[in-house]
Amino acid sequence: MTAPLLRMKGIVKIFPGVRALDGVDLEVLPGEVHCLLGQNGAGKSTLIKTLAGAHTPEEGTIEWQGKEVTLSSPVAAINTGIATMYQELDLIPGLSVAENIWLGHEPSTVGFSKRGSERSTAREMLKRLGHPEIPVNREVGRLSAAGQQIVSMARALSHDAKLIIMDEPSAVLDQDEVENLFRTIRDLSASGVAVVYISHRLEEIREIGDRITVIKDGRTVAVNLPAKTTPTDDVVRLMTGRSVEYAFPPRQTGTPLAERKELLRVEGLTRKGEFNNVSFSVRAGEIVGLAGLVGAGRSEILETIYGARAQDSGTVVFDGKTLRPGNVPAAVKLGMGLAPEERKSQALFLDHPVAHNISAATLKRYSKLGWLDRRRELKDAAEQSTALELRPAGPMRPVRNLSGGNQQKAVVGRWLLKGCRLLLLDEPTRGVDIGARAELYALVRRLADSGVGVLLVSSEVPEVLGLADRVLVIREGHIVREAPATELDEHKVLDLVMAGTLEGALK
Amino acid sequence: MREQLTPRNEDLGAAAGAPVADEHARIERAAAESTAPKSAFARLADSSAGRNSGLVLALVVICAIGLITKGDTFATTDNVWTILRLAAVGGVISVGMTFVIIAGGIDLSVGAIVALASVWATTTGTQDIGTFGIIFTSIVVATACGVINGVLIAYGKVVAFIATLAGLATYRGLAENLSDRKTQSIDTPSGFLDFFGAEPGGIPVLVIMFAVVAVLGWLLLNRTTFGRRTFAIGGNPEAARLAGINVKRQTVMLYALLGFLCGIATIMILARTSAGTSTHGNLYELDAIAAVVIGGTLLSGGRGTIVGTVFGVLIFQTLNNIFTLNNLTTSTQAVAKGLIIVAAVLLQQRVAKTSRS
Repeated sequence: MTAPLLRMKGIVKIFPGVRALDGVDLEVLPGEVHCLLGQNGAGKSTLIKTLAGAHTPEEGTIEWQGKEVTLSSPVAAINTGIATMYQELDLIPGLSVAENIWLGHEPSTVGFSKRGSERSTAREMLKRLGHPEIPVNREVGRLSAAGQQIVSMARALSHDAKLIIMDEPSAVLDQDEVENLFRTIRDLSASGVAVVYISHRLEEIREIGDRITVIKDGRTVAVNLPAKTTPTDDVVRLMTGRSVEYAFPPRQTGTPLAERKELLRVEGLTRKGEFNNVSFSVRAGEIVGLAGLVGAGRSEILETIYGARAQDSGTVVFDGKTLRPGNVPAAVKLGMGLAPEERKSQALFLDHPVAHNISAATLKRYSKLGWLDRRRELKDAAEQSTALELRPAGPMRPVRNLSGGNQQKAVVGRWLLKGCRLLLLDEPTRGVDIGARAELYALVRRLADSGVGVLLVSSEVPEVLGLADRVLVIREGHIVREAPATELDEHKVLDLVMAGTLEGALK
Repeated sequence: MREQLTPRNEDLGAAAGAPVADEHARIERAAAESTAPKSAFARLADSSAGRNSGLVLALVVICAIGLITKGDTFATTDNVWTILRLAAVGGVISVGMTFVIIAGGIDLSVGAIVALASVWATTTGTQDIGTFGIIFTSIVVATACGVINGVLIAYGKVVAFIATLAGLATYRGLAENLSDRKTQSIDTPSGFLDFFGAEPGGIPVLVIMFAVVAVLGWLLLNRTTFGRRTFAIGGNPEAARLAGINVKRQTVMLYALLGFLCGIATIMILARTSAGTSTHGNLYELDAIAAVVIGGTLLSGGRGTIVGTVFGVLIFQTLNNIFTLNNLTTSTQAVAKGLIIVAAVLLQQRVAKTSRS
């Protein structure tokens, strides 16, 4: 057997409050296509960032060609021979293909770049990748997504990389382009370059992969499975099957949901390229979950309902009133609240006090002819944060100093104070530790029991299944299944969101 | 840094209804702390002036330099009023600029607005209407310019820097056209100059106006929903939008407010120079931005104080005064001013860092 090119053992990476990686092993042979599988949040991104030198692990060893190495910085990783192609390609759109390929290590004599040799070597690399048709003088911004990917790969080759990490390279490609990509990957591996390939599409992994490593909740659960022959069932079971049990509050038992008032009706909602003809409703006191992969259009649907994006067609009817597209203040006035996906950049005023963050949507209540009743504002906000058990207490503390879970509580507290009737939650537990999660779950259920409608988006299937009353499964901008949460399980949902992606791409 | 999470409360509902006694007390205490009256000393330490200790220090040092170099002329009552009277015009604009910068914007056109308003308010047609005509025209013209800036930025989605750079060129160009580059002196007998040139109780009206604007500005920024929204859209515009704040309307109102204050400043400069000209307000934008930044307001938005700005204005004007008393050439003054801006900002950053950690 050939000696492994890379061997990672017992890698542990700790972020404040979370063990993002908690003992990961990975072994890559020269020239192999090694697939990394895991659900959203399992730790794949953290792992590849560790390999790319962007994170330094707290524990564990990395061996490269039999010798132990430390990848202390991106430059160190590149010099070792590891190149990374991130999901968001890190090319500079205004520079030419050749300039991008050689960026950072331009061939030069005494400071003058050798543009001629830069171009000719770039041309050679593109040829080696099977894409001699890409003009080396073209601005990268004017290439297609597939073309940019090839440039990114050429850049990896220019560093003499022996291992290229590809993070969901097929996500932005259509079927023909995926075929091309696969051909290029095969050429690479034939020339001895190893590839760590990440994708959610099981079919692709069957086609291109040699071996599979599965990670879950920051741990390796299976290493070096044969990619072609491992049954799909086994793979999905490995990816799911929680080791951590969440405590979900019991579903409400009072008035049957069917007899409750309809709060929100979405009909034929469409935004081109994001989601298509989406229709559903939410009743008062009901928690509706949207399950699907990142990029399936879930957040976009939520933001469109809220008016943060304007739809191309379709209507949003809230409490009997049709909302004007793209009008957030109107939606808020009628009683909608959004806890957006990117808490820090979309919801919080990080340097401002907790109290002001909580009262941001309710200023009118404390205003007399524009004059702010700060005492009453502070009292109400403080009460809200006590009720939510916000820690550390102290309403004048900048919200930046709070943990992720407590920041999320502050965002939810904003809408509780406002007294909203429909709460849109986008990834409410991202970056929230287990203890605070349980509190958030209980809070959301309590809100629903008090008659608030909740629309929940989460990448974590168990969360959607455990918390929601009804689940909508979204795949590539379409609702593919609607069912009570009790009729679905994690396996079924994952099958729906993953297995179908290839067939969707073929359309 | 993260505290240990307490065990999950089995029933959050109960917790909400009846908070644990000491938790409640703690919140009450915290709530009381920031609103209840405190001892004068505690308040001073906590006040903007206390937080702006670097600025106080800078002003003291500058005054000391003034005393040492030209003690006989610098420390006279007359000279103090001169400094304040000169500070007043730019000060009024700087107060408005503070709002715009806290909201994450910038306005380069303020000087040009003053020029245009001063010219328009002193045309013979306007002067015929009398004092009221001059005041009314100054305010309306300047506010309208502010509204135009605001609409371009909020609804036209033009970057503030560019929109107001265009304003800088356009408004002053209009002023030159309107006045034919001639100085239009005020010779209305209706008492405009008498009123604004007066010194009731020895205090010049211009200084009183600056003080009033500063106090009202402070109240508007710190005690009203308008002020809170200003901080919000500067702190995180996307979060403000998603919280249901009408960011566009607020943006227009902010630039309109600054325009309005430029109108006030126009009245003041007309009173001081008794003439309108297209050269009025030259480089006011730089002086105002410098004063605001020296005062500790972040150019990136979300944080800032009126008190800091007032200090910034005073520091700047006192320096000018000392330079003039010491017969420095204007070129030397300009170099010194530039150095002092850099020094003040560096000092501010140090103080801000130590007070935060």
